[in-house]
Formats: sequence, structure tokens, C-alpha cells
Amino acid sequence: MQLFTCPFCGPRPETEFHFGGDADNDRPGAEASDASWTDYLFFRHNRKGPAREIWMHLSCREAFLMERDTVTHTVTATLALGGEA
Amino acid sequence: MTRHYSALSVLKEGLNGQKGWAQAWRSPSLADRYDVVIIGGGGQGLATAYYLAKTHGVKRIAVIERGWLGGGNTGRNTTAIRSNYYYPESTELYDLSLRLYETLGKELNYNIMLSQRGMMQIVSSPAEMEMAARQVNAMQVNGVEAELLSRAEVQRRVPIYNYAPDARYPVYGAIYQARAGVARHDAVAWGYARAADSLGVDILQQCEVQGFIVEAGRCVGVQTSKGEIRAERVGMVVAGSSGVMAEKAGFRLPITSYTLQACVSEPVKPIFDTVLVSPMTGTYVSQSDKGEMVIGGGLDRVPSYGQRGNLPQLETVLSGLLEMFPIFRQLRLLRQWGGTVDVTPDSSPIFGESPLPGLFINGGWGTGGFKAIPAGGTLFAHILATGGHHPISRPFDLNRFRTGHLLDEAAGAGIAH
Ligand SMILES: Cc1cc2nc3c(=O)[nH]c(=O)nc-3n(C[C@H](O)[C@H](O)[C@H](O)COP(=O)(O)OP(=O)(O)OC[C@H]3O[C@@H](n4cnc5c(N)ncnc54)[C@H](O)[C@@H]3O)c2cc1C
Ligand SMILES: [Zn+2]
Repeated sequence: MQLFTCPFCGPRPETEFHFGGDADNDRPGAEASDASWTDYLFFRHNRKGPAREIWMHLSCREAFLMERDTVTHTVTATLALGGEA
Repeated sequence: MTRHYSALSVLKEGLNGQKGWAQAWRSPSLADRYDVVIIGGGGQGLATAYYLAKTHGVKRIAVIERGWLGGGNTGRNTTAIRSNYYYPESTELYDLSLRLYETLGKELNYNIMLSQRGMMQIVSSPAEMEMAARQVNAMQVNGVEAELLSRAEVQRRVPIYNYAPDARYPVYGAIYQARAGVARHDAVAWGYARAADSLGVDILQQCEVQGFIVEAGRCVGVQTSKGEIRAERVGMVVAGSSGVMAEKAGFRLPITSYTLQACVSEPVKPIFDTVLVSPMTGTYVSQSDKGEMVIGGGLDRVPSYGQRGNLPQLETVLSGLLEMFPIFRQLRLLRQWGGTVDVTPDSSPIFGESPLPGLFINGGWGTGGFKAIPAGGTLFAHILATGGHHPISRPFDLNRFRTGHLLDEAAGAGIAH
């Protein structure tokens, strides 16, 4: 069992967390073209190695940013999301 | 040299000290130009090469594999073969595959050990029983045989299941497809490789594709660890590595790579003669010819390229197994492993030309592309030979994500494998 560190609750078992998708996948405006809307909804970086992802801690319902290696599973940082996110 | 496999040739070579067998496939050095280059020597890639040569008469074909043939998901999968899908488009695809599997051993002159022992999907509540009837009806309307079994019928066929009155997931019945079953995964890869090789396909292992040669906005070849190779058309069939390949080609895909794990128990005497899945526990199981119970379940919930499973998911799968089969409590596990599977938002595969012209994709099979190897190879060969879709592959084009015509089989037919 791997521990992920929620920025609000501290280290918790991985089963308490839910993967939310790529970080920096910003929602385009209402006038977005079909192509950019499709890209936002469905297309992913899916990086091998270092990745920036949004996760949710299901226990406290807070979304946060996790920097993690998708091969070794080493977590290098977990950060609260700033501002409007 | 003996090339054809038969009872007679086994006898002859037996008397001859097994010295006369021809190599199953060559290890050629690569030419610098091909009509078609296929990246990935899993089942899908090798089948594509075979049908390109056999059906379309394409002469110069290369398959480039960075590891060994079938060493990706093909050699790690639990080999459930079935066509019990919900949408007509999926049925066309997966039932074509099952029909091709039924004659594949003969066609390839290679024993793929196809065993059509049926597949049972347990139903655990009256409400689900209604959904099961709907699923069975959908299959029958789509022209695929299916039965709705009663609790008594399930009990007669699988006496070792948990029928206790206080079972957490009681048995109300099951969806049953009699033509479903299992086959030997390595044999499917090796059979296609040997047949493709004998039609002149160059198969190169231990060679990694590291980038694409792009001229005037078109893919005209690949850079490999053994040099550049040019091709009229390039096909990528790299499963869990689809995102990595796409990044090198300059685009993204609607694919996330997850680990899917499986495990086998120590071998025991024959006790279980079908493939069984419970959507409630998420666990599925069959017994191999060696006697091991082959056990699988859902995806690890953490996206990964690690090719190894995590413990929470293994625990979920095994506790599901013990809930379903209390008799297996004493079984010891022999091996556990994981593969990196290419998961799409609608659990359906992707076929067609990629955003980089000249580069074509066959991927997104996720947890269920072994059963689809013969059909996937047939359709992708058509695409690579003609540059356009086959009617059965068209609904699976990448543009479905833009038009909204998703084929959500996770919602339609439940568990995928
Ligand atoms: C544990 C597990 C259980 C499964 N159970 C089932 C099941 O019961 N039924 C079912 O139908 N399906 C099942 N699947 C899914 C099935 O295994 C896959 O969908 C199927 O094997 C995909 O075949 P493929 O040829 O596309 O991929 P693979 O067999 O993964 O082949 C892709 C190949 O591409 C190669 N490659 C990658 N990058 C490069 C590069 N840069 N250069 C050269 N080569 C490269 C890889 O080395 C690999 O050999 C399961 C998968 C797993 C992991
Ligand atoms: Zn928290």
C-alpha cells in the first residue's frame, strides 16, 4: 500500500484518492472550436515518467496537484491548488 | 527441414532426434525501405502483418518490436475470448474476431489451444436480472448467441460457487455465451509471427522505434535503435505505449495507461470448466490446462507505466475470488504480474489514420484486446493497404470523440476483458 500526502490531511493510503486527470488541462471558453473542446474533454498527455496530475482526496473532497513518476510511482510533491482552481 | 506441423511431422522428428525442425521465423536484418512498417510485435501487430501479406498481397512489410514477440500485454493477458458486447458496432468487431479464432489454428498451422468452454457472467439481484435479459436480447438481436441461465442452471454447471443463503452477492442467474472461451496467448503471437514470416514479412526484435521521419507534414518512416527505415505507411500498434509514441509524433490521444494485473494459483486437479466473472466483485477466473486458477479483475486505480500491480487492487480481486469460491481459501498463489493497458474514455479501441498523415493507429484496446487480435489484424491490414476504413473499423475512428459517437461498452456491457 502506497501513501499519498494530501496537502490538507497528510499521508493517507492510496485507496483514499481518486485520479482526476492531467494538470494544466484548462477549460476553454464558450467560443471554443470543436477541436479544442474535444482536446480538452478527451485527449491526454499520458506521460511516461514525471507527470503533473490532479487528484482528489475522497475523504476530505479536496482536489490538489500531485507530481509523480508514472514508472517508479515516486511522489515528488503534492500541492494545494491556488486561486480559482 | 520440417516446416509443417502435423502428427506425422512430430513422429518423424521424434524418430530423428528433433534435429530437422525449421526455425519458426527468421531474424533478418532490416532493409532501409518497406511498403509498410508496423511498430509493435504484440498479437495485434503480428496479425496485421500476416493479413497485409496474406489478404492484400503487400510485399515488403516489417514488424519492429523493442522487446520480444508477445512480451507486452499479449503475453500477460488472461486470454478470455468472447463477443458478448452490447452495441452492434462492437458485436460486428468482436464476433468477427471470435469467428476467425474458431478456424485460426488450422489457418496458421499452429495450435493456439482454443477452448470454447463458455463464459458466465453472474447476476446478483432481481434488478440486474432484468438488465441481463436486456443484454442477452441485445446480443441475440445483433446475431450473437446468448443465454440467460437460471440460478439452478448456474448451480448445476458450477457447483463450487458460493450459494450460501447469506452470500454477499447471491446468484440469481447468469448471462452465458457458449462460444466464448480461452486460448494460449503466446501461441497466438507465435502462430501469426511464423505465418507472417513464411509470407516474407521481416520481423525484428530488440529494436526500438525512437521517432518518426516527417517530410512535408507526412510520416515517411521511423528512426529506430538500428537506424532509419522508410515506409509508404507506418502503423503503430503499441498498446500501453501509445501515449509515448503519440508524443514523439506530435499529437495526443484519448488514452490513459493503467496497470491491469492478474495472478495464477498453484495447479490443482480439474475443478472448474468455464470462464466466470462477477461484475459485483469485479473478479473473473478460469482454470488453465496446467490446472492453475487464472485470476483477474479491474484496473489499478493509479495511472502507471510500471508493469506491476499494486497491492490494494490485488486484495480486492482476491477477496472477490474468495467471496465467489470459498473453496479456494486454501489455494496458494504462484505468480502475480501486471501489464500496461491503453484505456480510452469509452472502453472501445481506436483505428485509423492519426493526426500525422501517413501514420496509422491501432490501439486503445485497454483490458480486452486479446480476443480481438484476429479482427484487429484484419481491419488494420485493410486500413494500411487501402489508406481508408473497413466498414467494421469506421465507427472506431478517432473522430468519434469530436462527433460524440462514443461506443461506451463499459456502460453497455459491463466489465471488459
Ligand atoms: C493482466 C491482463 C489481463 C488481460 N486479460 C485479457 C483477457 O482476458 N481478454 C482479452 O481479450 N484481453 C485481455 N487483456 C488485454 C490484452 O492483453 C491486450 O489488449 C492485447 O494483448 C493488446 O495487444 P497489442 O498487440 O495491441 O499489445 P501488446 O501485446 O502490448 O504489444 C505492443 C508491443 O509494442 C511494443 N512496443 C512499444 N513501444 C515500442 C517502440 N517504441 N518500439 C518498438 N516496439 C514497441 C511492446 O514491446 C509490445 O510488445 C489483458 C491485459 C492484461 C495486462
Ligand atoms: Zn484530504
